[in-house]
Amino acid sequence: MSSHDVVITGIGIVTSLGEGVEAHAAALDGFTPNVNSETFAPYAVHPAVPVELDRHIPKKSDQRQMEPWQRYGTYAAGAALEDAGVKGNADILARTHLIVACGGGERDYAVDGQILTGMRTAEKPDVYLNERLMSDIRPTLFLAQLSNLLAGNISIVHGVIGGSRTFMGEEQSGVDALRIAEARIRSGQNDIFLVGGALNAEREDVILVYELGGAVWRDPSVPVLERGGGGFAPGSAAAFLVLESRAHAEARQARIYAALSPVQADRKRREPGEVTAALGQMIDVLGPADVVVSGNAGFGAASAEEADVLAAKLPQARVVMTGDMIGHAMEAQFPASVALAVAGLAGGKLKGGVIVTSVGHHRGEGAVRVEAA
Amino acid sequence: MASTRDSQGRPVVAITGRGVVTSLGVGKDDNWAALTAGRSGIHRITRFPTDGLRTTIAGTVDHIKVADPFCAPNISHELARLAAREAVTESGIGAKGDFPGALFMAVPPVEVEWPQRAELALAGGNGDLTYKNVLKAAATGKYKAYHELFLFGTVADRVADEFGTRGSPISLSTACSSGATAIQLGVEAIRRGESSAALCIGTDGSVHAEALIRFSLLSALTTQNDPPEAAAKPFSKNRDGFVMGEGAGALVLEDYDHAVARGARILCVLAGCGEMGDGFHRTRSSPDGKPIIGCIKAALVDAGLSADSIDTINAHGTSTPENDKMEALGCQAVFGAHSPPTTSNKSMVGHTLTAAGAVEAVFSLLSIEHGRIPPTINYHQPDPTIPLDIVGNVARDARVTSVMSNSFGFGGQNTSLVMTAEPK
Repeated sequence: MSSHDVVITGIGIVTSLGEGVEAHAAALDGFTPNVNSETFAPYAVHPAVPVELDRHIPKKSDQRQMEPWQRYGTYAAGAALEDAGVKGNADILARTHLIVACGGGERDYAVDGQILTGMRTAEKPDVYLNERLMSDIRPTLFLAQLSNLLAGNISIVHGVIGGSRTFMGEEQSGVDALRIAEARIRSGQNDIFLVGGALNAEREDVILVYELGGAVWRDPSVPVLERGGGGFAPGSAAAFLVLESRAHAEARQARIYAALSPVQADRKRREPGEVTAALGQMIDVLGPADVVVSGNAGFGAASAEEADVLAAKLPQARVVMTGDMIGHAMEAQFPASVALAVAGLAGGKLKGGVIVTSVGHHRGEGAVRVEAA
Repeated sequence: MASTRDSQGRPVVAITGRGVVTSLGVGKDDNWAALTAGRSGIHRITRFPTDGLRTTIAGTVDHIKVADPFCAPNISHELARLAAREAVTESGIGAKGDFPGALFMAVPPVEVEWPQRAELALAGGNGDLTYKNVLKAAATGKYKAYHELFLFGTVADRVADEFGTRGSPISLSTACSSGATAIQLGVEAIRRGESSAALCIGTDGSVHAEALIRFSLLSALTTQNDPPEAAAKPFSKNRDGFVMGEGAGALVLEDYDHAVARGARILCVLAGCGEMGDGFHRTRSSPDGKPIIGCIKAALVDAGLSADSIDTINAHGTSTPENDKMEALGCQAVFGAHSPPTTSNKSMVGHTLTAAGAVEAVFSLLSIEHGRIPPTINYHQPDPTIPLDIVGNVARDARVTSVMSNSFGFGGQNTSLVMTAEPK
């Protein structure tokens, strides 16, 4: 145990199953999936539960400047800071660093539809497009779409201003966000981080990108590992974690939920067997585990490769598939999976060492070990 | 083996390769010749019709061959690989397709663009079109290539594949600060001893109609379209916004001892990075300038240098009324009445957005190499409220052993880099 050990002292999580540590710990004992199969039929998504936004985004003017993914994320970030006991502590927040994993977007669907319809018959479609965009786009919509503006909103609303970085790149951005924060703390570069991600899955433009690749699974009642690599049901989620050096947490007498191992991350080209080998190596580094919380996207051959390597390396471990619980939250999936694991340890639902894994639907593999500190 | 450490006992970060592409050309030579001659790369947009737009100019890169379909990820990818190839070749590191280090890549956020959206909608139906039609076409499986193309991680993935970088590549955005953040992540990884080398790239090829219109609706762009080359005028009284630009910058960063051991030519040292977030507003800086001042000071502290040892400042200098005023305030607060000669490359290449921090880092390094500071062109009506020593209109010869390069982003991330000729 070293003073630079990385510990988790705050969790903010909102998913289709509820909000907060207790709700998610309880879900590890049993849950009823929350699925919306109607709004985007034939697609099904896991919708985020409603939250009382005012609790963590008190100004309506701030709420109006954000699209839902930014609101979920800013809300969950506030919840994590509160949970860690640093919300509103200007001294600590001024040197708290922020790493956000997210995509972006949230189009104005009505405007897009009208433009698509009009372009079809317009004499000069490009010129028509200019005219409509100039008159129909809300000026501030851009900011509600821009990837790094989730971090921007968190800085503005919560005063986290140590420095902010936004990682993109689907599932792996969530793995790398935790990896970089963890490495900076362990090396003594910084003491405290707020790390996480957010996805609003209740969007046709989100479904679109993955449906183009044939990665959207339409019936979430089929467990992830029984889909034959057929993909995922998108799930709305926002998950943020407060990470600190043990010394920093102890000095301010913070409650320590769990300790985090060095985060393992790789990117294979997905030749047959490569995911098996990469994850196998990660598990060897991280050591034995009693539980695996897997964020496996369920898409392609990589999905089964993960299941096989877990069965081979950790045959006794209980495997929790987060995709079955909350759907797939892309950039937010790994932070949400880690939050679930920590919530499970805190609530006594999970015991011993827990390995959390990520297998991206297209690229990226990652794993980390969490255990009660 | 002797191990070289900086004043804080950390590994020294050497720069052994540089690459750049902008509207001024491909490569350091063409860019430097144009920059020091005060030539602008800003021109009328021909890529798409500009009917009905308030701004009709940009620093697009039109002189490279881009894969089909012509869209931001493909342009950004081509720009990135050109810059990376120049940097990796200069450094002589590794072998072809085998770069012995990590990749940190600043890329513009991507999404399905209008030509593809319209193509899908038409394929998916007729009558009133909605996303239902777009999704119907997507579900046919005929457009699989668009899936990979419009993933956020794809540009970095492709570059990682081509150059054979190690581990999990990071795609990042801190808006206009992104290129500098990519470099900062590389510096940190080398200082941690995690990687003996890093390929750090900022790239941006995202000038399309909607991107331009979005910035235009935020009133961020200049509307002084005639003549295009006079539109970007950082630190001038009549500045009224930035000009969008495209480009890429790439650096090979390397542990100093690693570079020495393989007999590499050490071009410069990345001596320090500073950052500070700004929680004031989504597009505006804190009126007290504290985040900018804090950022600049943090970079000096990280580099172990005093303010008076900086020879020149490569400013963020976007040519917006807000940025230039706040940046000048920050520089004056830190550097005092004798703030060093300051210039903004954006007067010639426009604001290369995600790429800017990396592009301008390469230009800063060229100033050290050549002992010359490129001018801020169009500096004919100096803003009297900005009493900085702006290198106006004509390049200035000077002994440059240390440069500060600033990048300040929408959304509040500020980053400053300090580059020096030798380790301190």
